[in-house]
Amino acid sequence: MTTTTGKQSLPASHGRNRVRRQPKDVAFDVVLYLICAILLILILYPLWFIVIASFSDPSAVAGGHVWFVPVGFTLDGYEELLNQPNVWVGYRNTILYTVTGTLFGLAVNIPAAYALSRKDLWGRKALMGLFVFTMFFSGGLIPIFLTVQELGLYNSFWVMVVPFAVSAYNVIVARTFFETSLPPDLWDAAQIDGCGNLRFFFTIALPLSKAVVSVIALWTAVGQWNSYFNALIYIRDENLYPLALIMRNILVTQQIQSALGTGEAALIALRKANLMRYAMIIVATVPIMCVYPFVQKYFDQGVMIGAVKG
Amino acid sequence: MNRSGTWKRISRNWGLYLLLLPSLVLLILFAYKPMYGVVIAFKNYKNSLGILGSPWADPLFKNFQRFFNSYQCEATIRNTLRLSLYSLAVGFPIPIILALMINQITAMRFRRTFQTILYLPHFISTVVMVGLLLIWLSPSSGLVGAFYRLLGKDAPNVMTSASGFPSIYVWSDVWQHSGWDSIVFLAALSSIDPTLYEAATVDGATRWQKMRYIDLPLLMSTACIMLILRAGNLMNVGFEKVFLMQNDLNMSTSEIIATYVYKMGLRNSQYAVSTAVNLFNNLVNFVLLLLVNCVTRKLGETSLF
Repeated sequence: MTTTTGKQSLPASHGRNRVRRQPKDVAFDVVLYLICAILLILILYPLWFIVIASFSDPSAVAGGHVWFVPVGFTLDGYEELLNQPNVWVGYRNTILYTVTGTLFGLAVNIPAAYALSRKDLWGRKALMGLFVFTMFFSGGLIPIFLTVQELGLYNSFWVMVVPFAVSAYNVIVARTFFETSLPPDLWDAAQIDGCGNLRFFFTIALPLSKAVVSVIALWTAVGQWNSYFNALIYIRDENLYPLALIMRNILVTQQIQSALGTGEAALIALRKANLMRYAMIIVATVPIMCVYPFVQKYFDQGVMIGAVKG
Repeated sequence: MNRSGTWKRISRNWGLYLLLLPSLVLLILFAYKPMYGVVIAFKNYKNSLGILGSPWADPLFKNFQRFFNSYQCEATIRNTLRLSLYSLAVGFPIPIILALMINQITAMRFRRTFQTILYLPHFISTVVMVGLLLIWLSPSSGLVGAFYRLLGKDAPNVMTSASGFPSIYVWSDVWQHSGWDSIVFLAALSSIDPTLYEAATVDGATRWQKMRYIDLPLLMSTACIMLILRAGNLMNVGFEKVFLMQNDLNMSTSEIIATYVYKMGLRNSQYAVSTAVNLFNNLVNFVLLLLVNCVTRKLGETSLF
């Protein structure tokens, strides 16, 4: 379904081919592209500012001299960052959490979605309800905390991977994909040839569903990469902290403290710390930003699959 | 259907149940078991006695009463509603407008680049986002500070201002997510029958008119579903970003239910009260969701269930 959408969504071009362009449409285009340009600046400039600030002399940034290109080029911020061992421990942890979390999430959600996509599954509606209900109601922070503690997962590696791996939303998206893209005849034919459910899933359904698997994988990975709430609540040991939690301490908590302090020495320390913060933001965000444009088409697809069902 | 027939239908597909098993186990352990844990809200919870062993609260709604009678009650509810209504008023229409706009871009290469850039901020993590806000809005070293100095004025520190907090929260969310949120509407637009546009063109409609009288009405059913989903979360303002943006100076507008539940429960170890507040919040959300769904169904638009 997604391959045709690009062409269909070109309403304006129909007009151009058949009837002479109306003067009002020209004005429309001018306004449209003007707004687009403003939006692009609004999004890109603040990000660009961080990039150039991370390479600039901190006093030039503070003095308001840095606008379009780095001023007083320096790598001090990145050097300072290299001297923060906990940042790199966090980086490693985040990579580990992201990889295991994504694999585990796929292993749990995709098979469930396939099973729920099958119309001949007895109790399908009730089982689906069991998933959907969790989207709208939860036990709440403390009961979940106590459960995690009771199961001995508190302050362990696995608390970042296992407890919240099931995502009803992802299951719905994947289920919709299976329902719409796997013809029921396929299963009927396989069944006549003596193929069981498990074998059908692993050798036929799964290889035909790479698109949805990659979408779910990417969503899970991005979520894992960015999450800090679970770590904040369930992780005590600094060696298990993900990057996000360490960044919170450096980017947010300290900055507020130092911003409230006064005096010349505090100001210089603040500027130096700021430089490292710029560098840190770049280092933490660039991996995801680099991957994202290449996988963007999958993201779009996924949202569209989800949108079919609402 | 008799029992043996049912059993046959189950056993024939045992493989499917095996595929479901891991997720069901996790759901029961980490979603449904904690739901039973909400009884803590009605107990005098003692850690040593456990959930079952702790005595019932007397009166039963004591923990709820403690919250409703506390001075934070009104403030947290008001702050939560302010943030979510503000987000809804701004963050709901903007993605629709963006989608209508993107749909009108005819230069395909520009359109694709534009979309890529528009979605980009969505991938910034919450922590980095708040870090960015602190940097941009810093009066001493940030962009805003530099702009003010250009005008020869001193910049206010909006990150520590209670009155500025809701706007910063909402508009930074718009900056970060409205591009991404427009995808759903774009998908809906792309499924509109092209013959409608052709007919409109023959009738001499301008592009603005086509957008206004074809695109917009046909987006409404998708918009309704999105509205239902958002209304169901009206009392569910996300913890992560607010908690990061919070400081002592903006607490009067930034203390929301979610942060209060966290502080009450995990910082002050008031498990019972925290759970009671949480439960109250979840119930309100749930009722809201059902209500909105009911209303949209009555109005004849698409409904969620």
